[in-house]
Amino acid sequence: MKNSVTPQIVAHIAKLANIPVTQVEQEKLAAGFSETLDVIDELNKLDVKNVPTAHQVTGLENVWREDTINPNTIFTQQEALANAAQTHNGFFVVSRILEEKDA
Amino acid sequence: MLNKLTLAQTIEGLKNKKFSHRELYADVQKNIEEKNKSLNIYLTLNNQALDQAEKLLNTPLAGAPIAIKDNYCTRDFRTTASAKVLDKFKPQFDATVIKKLKNAGGVMIGKTNMDAWAHGSSTETSDYGRTLNPRNTEHLPGGSSGGSAAAVAADLAITALGTETAGSIRQPAAWCGVVGLKPTYGRVSRYGVAAMASSTDSPGPITKTVEDAAILLNQIAGHDPLDGTSTAQTTPDFTQTLNTPVKGLKIGVIYHDITGAEFANEKLMEQLKVLENLGATVEKTTAMDPHYAIGVYTVVQRGEVSSNLARYDGVRYGNDRSYFSDEAKRRQMLGTYTLSKGYAEKYYELAQKVRTLFIEDLKKLFNTYDVLIAPTSPGFAKKIGVTEGQAMFGELEDMLVEASSVAGLPGLNVPYYRDEKTNLFLGMDIIAPMWREDLVIQVGDAFEKNTAWNSWRTQS
Repeated sequence: MKNSVTPQIVAHIAKLANIPVTQVEQEKLAAGFSETLDVIDELNKLDVKNVPTAHQVTGLENVWREDTINPNTIFTQQEALANAAQTHNGFFVVSRILEEKDA
Repeated sequence: MLNKLTLAQTIEGLKNKKFSHRELYADVQKNIEEKNKSLNIYLTLNNQALDQAEKLLNTPLAGAPIAIKDNYCTRDFRTTASAKVLDKFKPQFDATVIKKLKNAGGVMIGKTNMDAWAHGSSTETSDYGRTLNPRNTEHLPGGSSGGSAAAVAADLAITALGTETAGSIRQPAAWCGVVGLKPTYGRVSRYGVAAMASSTDSPGPITKTVEDAAILLNQIAGHDPLDGTSTAQTTPDFTQTLNTPVKGLKIGVIYHDITGAEFANEKLMEQLKVLENLGATVEKTTAMDPHYAIGVYTVVQRGEVSSNLARYDGVRYGNDRSYFSDEAKRRQMLGTYTLSKGYAEKYYELAQKVRTLFIEDLKKLFNTYDVLIAPTSPGFAKKIGVTEGQAMFGELEDMLVEASSVAGLPGLNVPYYRDEKTNLFLGMDIIAPMWREDLVIQVGDAFEKNTAWNSWRTQS
């Protein structure tokens, strides 16, 4: 394996991706990442100088819609909350992301 | 045994009162009761299917029972994408394809198992257990639309819908010995399908015959204002090129020298004589090395996955991010890595440039050939358990369909060989330029109708 992704890098990516991983998983994932990056590195054998990037295949550009409300695609409050793990007085309950200073 | 009928036969039989909805659904339900537990095909069954069907006789699909992959949002009906994160998720709306299907008189018989989030080519990564290949239960059905392909192969539905990002319709269709049509990217709306890689996701049919695929595509294709990448072109009648002579068509055979696909290619060349005898020219040609498509697809797919799966935050869709299983974690994190500062250019930009090389290479080949054909998969369905610990299993299995996927082209899997000892199948992938589903249907239908394929079906 040419690439070597460390468990520390995996831990950092896990934080960025907001995915909880255990230490055991970190090591397993690190090996898998190295293997995958080796496959991707094969692309460097090709000459892509002056080759444009293909971000899409349809050729469509600037697809707009009218800035109007489509009654077929709006949810009632009840519908919007239907799959929420936790609600309170018609609101989503989310985890706290800010802490009080000195709290 | 009405469950063994094709979609065309089912519609014809219902309309001409050869049998009733009650009789048809009784046979399908009986087969489901007998086999679903062991094969693990349906995650959720629709117990109102018959009631819904009986009102639909005077519609194009006449109330035929259709298996739906579990990543299509179905209103008020459990939709998990085979992922525990969505264990109790009941969408508040129908995907556009589902809406169109219902309007055309199709009835959802149940939601089928798949690789979780469609991340895989085996249906082994499902959070609800693997599906078995009905042709030979020691083997995998392929994936990610493995449940839908197995439902069709085992006659647990008359026909089915799958989705493909790179191989997820064609490869399970090949492994289960059925027909699978991946439409041109943009031909069928993605709205309401749990997003995987948005720049290649293509919903499409998995069916018993090419004719059925054309019938179903007619109903689900077309512009959708809710999907900005869906085509504004008018939808042709895809059944028009059925029963059309292939005389004079030029067919290029690609990937004929791939290591590991020797047997599949040997049998393919033998079988393509069927098309030669019908007056088509068949010749070997060379396409860009498909090994590079693995790298392109891996980077593009992981990157888009990391963005699409960020929405499952435990607030709006039920369970939180600790419910992701290994494959989804692996893919989101690798995507996060390859898109992160300093790496986006090294990986993502490079992959998108090589993607251009594939698009141009295939375009050039279509200057000479009407369609290109290769084996869909390098070999037969693999044994159960084979994906364990393999980070790149799906990509290697799907190598031969990845170039056409990243290029957005239509592709059709048609079975061409059955191994008598194992009852396992090989399928060919017929690809054509953008928007030319008519060509793959023409060639696939001609091949199917001039081979023993329909008699193989009855032996399973």
